[in-house]
Amino acid sequence: MILNIICIALVVTGIIFFVGGAVGIVRFPDFYTRMHAAGKGDTMSVFLVLIGLAVYQLSDFNMTNLLVAGKIFFITVFIMWASPTSTHALIKAGLEEGQEVWTRKNKKDTEEGQ
Amino acid sequence: MESFFVFAGIAILALILPILYRIIAGPTAIDRIVAVNVIGTKTTVLLIIIGMIFERVGMFVDFAITYALLNFIGSLAAARYFDRVNPAKRFTQSEIKDQEP
Repeated sequence: MILNIICIALVVTGIIFFVGGAVGIVRFPDFYTRMHAAGKGDTMSVFLVLIGLAVYQLSDFNMTNLLVAGKIFFITVFIMWASPTSTHALIKAGLEEGQEVWTRKNKKDTEEGQ
Repeated sequence: MESFFVFAGIAILALILPILYRIIAGPTAIDRIVAVNVIGTKTTVLLIIIGMIFERVGMFVDFAITYALLNFIGSLAAARYFDRVNPAKRFTQSEIKDQEP
């Protein structure tokens, strides 16, 4: 019972972080700021949701469920490692491609461009 | 508890829709790659939630592992492609050192 409450709290918090990431990706004016929202929001929310699901999986404790919870924890660790790496690689590619950096000065141009 | 998982899955699926807007309307190609990467991460979570709903998590968690690996490799390959295809690329110091005999 108490594991269910922990699971619900973690998953709901993670979905709130998902909402933040989605709003950032849609609303931000620049490639770099969009990347910032995508990298941070995704990493944190996936961590919270998957830890919550692994906790729920452990509520009926036996060897098979322990293995499945370990696999879910492996996915969590992998995404915590892979999401910042791919964010860094994509930002480097965008920087070398010559993306414009958004400032207050060229704000009007960016809005017209979209 | 099962209805909670159904609602969580619907919420994540609804959050994919605004990111699809970024794929359609994104000004540059690399914006679209970022959005595809984010959708792939969300799909990894969604697969495990689907497994929880069907009570077959042991099968779906392997799909989720595969999807996470493929998503990571795909975004890295796209990033390297954009590195290569750019004609005005400046070589870094380590790459210059590699090219010396």
